[in-house]
Amino acid sequence: MTAPIEVTGSELEARPDAVLDGVRKIEGRSLGQIALMRLRRDKLAMTGGVVVILLILMAILAPLLTAWFGHPPSQFHQDLIDPNLQRPLHGPWHSGVSADFPLGIEPTNGRDIFSRIVYGARISLLIAFLATLLSVVIGTVLGMVAGYFGGWVDTLIARAMDVFLAFPILLFAIALGGVVQGKAFGLSGNGLRIGLLVFIIGFFNWAYIGRIIRGQTLSLREREFVDAARAMGARAPYILFRELLPNLLAPILVYSTLLIPTNILFEAALSYLGVGVSEPTPTWGGMLSQAVPIYSLDPWFMIVPGVAIFVTVLAFNLFGDGLRDALDPRTR
Amino acid sequence: MTTPDSEVVADQRPAGDGDDALLEVRGLRKHFPVTRGAIVKRQVGAVKAVDGVDFTVRMGETLGLVGESGCGKTTTGRMITRLLEPSDGQIIFEGQDITHVSQAKMRPLRRDLQMIFQDPYSSLNPRKTVGTIIGAPFRLQGIETEHGVKRAVQDLLEVVGLNPEHYNRYPHEFSGGQRQRIGIARTLAMRPKLIVADEPVSALDVSIQAQVVNLLEDLQEEFNLTYVVIAHDLSVVRHIADRVGVMYLGKMVELADGEGLYNSPMHPYTVALLSAVPIPDPAKRKGRERVRLQGDVPSPLNPPPACRFHTRCWKAQEICGTVEPPLVEVIPGHRVACHFPENAPEGAGAKVTKAAEEAGLTEQSG
Repeated sequence: MTAPIEVTGSELEARPDAVLDGVRKIEGRSLGQIALMRLRRDKLAMTGGVVVILLILMAILAPLLTAWFGHPPSQFHQDLIDPNLQRPLHGPWHSGVSADFPLGIEPTNGRDIFSRIVYGARISLLIAFLATLLSVVIGTVLGMVAGYFGGWVDTLIARAMDVFLAFPILLFAIALGGVVQGKAFGLSGNGLRIGLLVFIIGFFNWAYIGRIIRGQTLSLREREFVDAARAMGARAPYILFRELLPNLLAPILVYSTLLIPTNILFEAALSYLGVGVSEPTPTWGGMLSQAVPIYSLDPWFMIVPGVAIFVTVLAFNLFGDGLRDALDPRTR
Repeated sequence: MTTPDSEVVADQRPAGDGDDALLEVRGLRKHFPVTRGAIVKRQVGAVKAVDGVDFTVRMGETLGLVGESGCGKTTTGRMITRLLEPSDGQIIFEGQDITHVSQAKMRPLRRDLQMIFQDPYSSLNPRKTVGTIIGAPFRLQGIETEHGVKRAVQDLLEVVGLNPEHYNRYPHEFSGGQRQRIGIARTLAMRPKLIVADEPVSALDVSIQAQVVNLLEDLQEEFNLTYVVIAHDLSVVRHIADRVGVMYLGKMVELADGEGLYNSPMHPYTVALLSAVPIPDPAKRKGRERVRLQGDVPSPLNPPPACRFHTRCWKAQEICGTVEPPLVEVIPGHRVACHFPENAPEGAGAKVTKAAEEAGLTEQSG
């Protein structure tokens, strides 16, 4: 990278006076800013990013959105249900889609699918984000410690990673979901279920990112700026968190964005299996599982949560891939 | 800079070194263990990277350490700055033994003992601005600054010939030479007394090398610095160093002032090394005899007994493989570790052999 050009073309046209004055502030462009510039040029990743932001906004604004466009997520509308076939009376393919219900209604009890999708996004994203945060924190700290200190510390942590990678997490989750009922750890009801899901998904996934961070730390530790810091009298925490961590932000960011969709899928799978958050709280996985026995009569009820999961996972993956390309162009 | 509870070493310097020694290295060794076995590690050998090196660095001088790759010069530098723990021997800095001082007690001493690194592309953290990088020593060591850290950093940037306004820039925006200047500025922030410069210019373009070497010389004058310059480039060392030590396979084979070493090298290895320096002038080149060494450098895992160089030396005799030649001052200011030195006065080799016998350095086996 040669010396940068402080004023880009568009800025030149926008503020010709700045050039005429010859007053240019010398401000460096950080590697992060350069990566952001690269990311902006990646249309696919930007589309993914926009969808991700819209999804997050949707989850945050769920009460407002349902008030404007729908009905409360647990309100029954059995007057719109065919009492014999248990499917909606109206709408194309008996989906129940109408001006009043933009995404139709559920079979049997006629709850508003739009509201349930919007509220389901809250649960999905909350669990996915919290679980990712947990994995990333544990994985980063242990990975850095293992990579930097080496020796028996490394051996211990690396073996622990092997154990976690080999762990039958799905079976464990189902078993734990059955055992932890009612009240535990000062939590109850949905709080407990969410906490449990975050713990299971987050705690058993740290080894993946831990390995990546350990490998990166192993190579970074040999760089001379680490020796320089030691020669200046820096202690290990300073070197780990001030010297190494900023250099690990790129892989952390990339693997977080790629871990989130995995966790969304995992949460949906657990909800589908009945381990997740219980009725009447809406979740995407739970909706899918309710739709399965009735899909031949009412396929629409299965398509909507399926598409929601698909779009969310795709958007996060596109954004994550774009982010990786932007932060490390060599991998392309 | 002495901590009260540190070990103060009695004055027992070898004669002829004067009293102004800033750094003294005695019998310094670094053996890297080679281990085998997955669970129970057992040592099967050791890489003898540095195997008994003695030298003294006087206040205000520049000592050059030269030798080919793998001869242990970088390891020596890293032990002096205590980035590596010595296996054996002593490092005495300002009369204080710092060989095995704990990292906590070493911390205040690090202000006086700094290092310039070889690779300007890896010695600066790419995620930090120049201001943060050069300002780090102030924060880490809690150095008081008169007008704040930013001002101090900008002063340092000016000292090393960079634009102080580049404070907010990142290392990737600079060229190799500029980066090396940033590294030098960071080193200077602590106002050290001794700087170990590990191949300070070998990663730079030749045209930039001269600039950085000259900068180092100017700074030495301005800040009264003492340098240990590690290099494999003999011309760089010749330019900057007052005294030069030649290393081969973890041993110091010759130590002399620059003039003496370059004009009348005594150790056959030094002779070979100097004859390998290209001479740009074809007319001068004609009269010169090239010494071509046979074979490769032996492995430091299993170095040859006695004189390390005898396997490749054209002057080697039986004694070279049995009696290890110590580093002996054969003429004032010129030390050599060879039984049969070149360009030496009559009896110089005998002096070395005699010293070896007195010290009982006869090699028993491997």
